[in-house]
Amino acid sequence: MSVDQPLILGIETSCDETGVGIVRGETLLVDAVASSVDDHARFGGVVPEVASRAHLEEMVPTIERACREAGVQLRDLDAISVTSGPGLAGSLMVGVASAKALALSLGVPLYGVNHLASHVAVDIVEHGPLPEPTMALLVSGGHSSLLLVPDVTSDIRSLGSTIDDAAGEAFDKVARVLGLPFPGGPHIDRAARDGEITIDFPRGLTTGRDMERHRFDFSFSGLKTAVSRWVQAREAAGESVPVADVAASFQEAVVDVLTRKAVLACREQGAQHLQIGGGVAANSRLRAMAQSRCDDAGIELRVPRPGLCTDNGAMVAALGAQMVLKGRDASRLDLPADSSMPVTQISA
Amino acid sequence: MLILAIDTSTTAITVALHDGESVVAAGSHLDARAHTEWVAPLIQTALDDAGRSPADLTAVVVGKGPGPFTGLRVGIVTGVTMAHALGLPAYGICSLDVIAEQAAGSVAEGEFLVATDARRKEVYWARYAVRSGSVERLTDPAVDRPGDLPDDVRALPTAGRGPVLYPDLFATALPVLDVDAGVLGAVAARRSAAGESMPVEPLYLRRPDALTTAERAAK
Ligand SMILES: [Zn+2]
Repeated sequence: MSVDQPLILGIETSCDETGVGIVRGETLLVDAVASSVDDHARFGGVVPEVASRAHLEEMVPTIERACREAGVQLRDLDAISVTSGPGLAGSLMVGVASAKALALSLGVPLYGVNHLASHVAVDIVEHGPLPEPTMALLVSGGHSSLLLVPDVTSDIRSLGSTIDDAAGEAFDKVARVLGLPFPGGPHIDRAARDGEITIDFPRGLTTGRDMERHRFDFSFSGLKTAVSRWVQAREAAGESVPVADVAASFQEAVVDVLTRKAVLACREQGAQHLQIGGGVAANSRLRAMAQSRCDDAGIELRVPRPGLCTDNGAMVAALGAQMVLKGRDASRLDLPADSSMPVTQISA
Repeated sequence: MLILAIDTSTTAITVALHDGESVVAAGSHLDARAHTEWVAPLIQTALDDAGRSPADLTAVVVGKGPGPFTGLRVGIVTGVTMAHALGLPAYGICSLDVIAEQAAGSVAEGEFLVATDARRKEVYWARYAVRSGSVERLTDPAVDRPGDLPDDVRALPTAGRGPVLYPDLFATALPVLDVDAGVLGAVAARRSAAGESMPVEPLYLRRPDALTTAERAAK
């Protein structure tokens, strides 16, 4: 294996995207994604069995496409990496089994890695080596986590996470209340651009005792309930619902809490860099507010391009390459899929 | 010829290497919930036992079910990925057909049934017949509650775990419980020599458990 520029193929199937990325060292060669999001839209949310079936169908074609677009032969690969958790069990198993089949067939090492750690590592192929430590705010339909990352291959500390709904989940649920399609994030973002922040929705876990007990945790379930009560009250009064204003006000409440806690964590932990990842990182208001708060605090903000923020194979390949570069142990062929893999466990 | 055979549709996680005439190496593990852990190591061990490497393989065949979905997919995706990585043909064979082949020896002549565990108090099943030594499937694979099968069907000698799980509902149990990948390899060798097409299409037989938003609204 050429140790300074290892060629890694990464597989990601923890939710509804079948992702295959190829990285050489710290350079991204290709990021191929087959999404089953359209299949789930009919159901108003991700259906695990629908996702698993789509992964099985898309797995080999996506591997094939990634290699073709990167101009890489499978036999040239130095190692395979794969998300082994956390995520939907049945979906993870398709990716893990496929990754093992590649490693076994090609006679190369296999690295089972943590999905959240991969979200952090992807910024290496976008903006270069990660500052140590980096603060990472990961927000998506599946996660809302604030992580202190001294070393993405060996040391990730969870400062806080959601105690109920994930941030992206709140976007989906509020979108449903407002009659906007799934997935809610982009539709709320778009609607909010034409709206005013006219309603003061609650900011969960931001006051008094909550800031002691849940300093860096998040809660979005109360906010979601407040939005639906507000909408119901308007409807009950026979008034029309100002969708754009509700979207803007809701979005402001989410983004305010996320950025406030993230910047506070940077200050208290002495992190000079904040990275935002996950699907919600595509939200335009989140990017703008994070930028202005980081500027005020003298913190450098790093946000990968939207395609690398959502779930993808490139992030798994990026972390796999780091595991090889830092000489971390490879996984065994009996590696399980671990749907509740803790973020502190970076590889398995 | 060296066919790698993999089946994960029944309680046995089973793999074998078949050279067209006989089984060269095989391994099975009984655990309906640990497919991800076991399939690849079983393949590695079978190759090691046979003193062969993945590069020696000439085809891969998978049992395409029906079987509980999560485990079934592990075997199928392992097989199709290995076939792709090694540039080999991938074949799919109905797993009930394999159990029927295994059971044929204990049915001299005439009709019999294969019924496997579909969980949720149901079985996957199909009717077969042995006629002048060869096995023929008479019905498409289906999934039903065993009690809903016609009486004359349940009266047939039955292979698979159906009679073990529902002893009161099946008249006679044949002494075959799970798929044996060695037999899967043999069936693949025979069908491929006969030029049969064997596409890899998972047999789910059930649609995913979820209502579309339109269906929810209609309720
Ligand atoms: Zn994610």
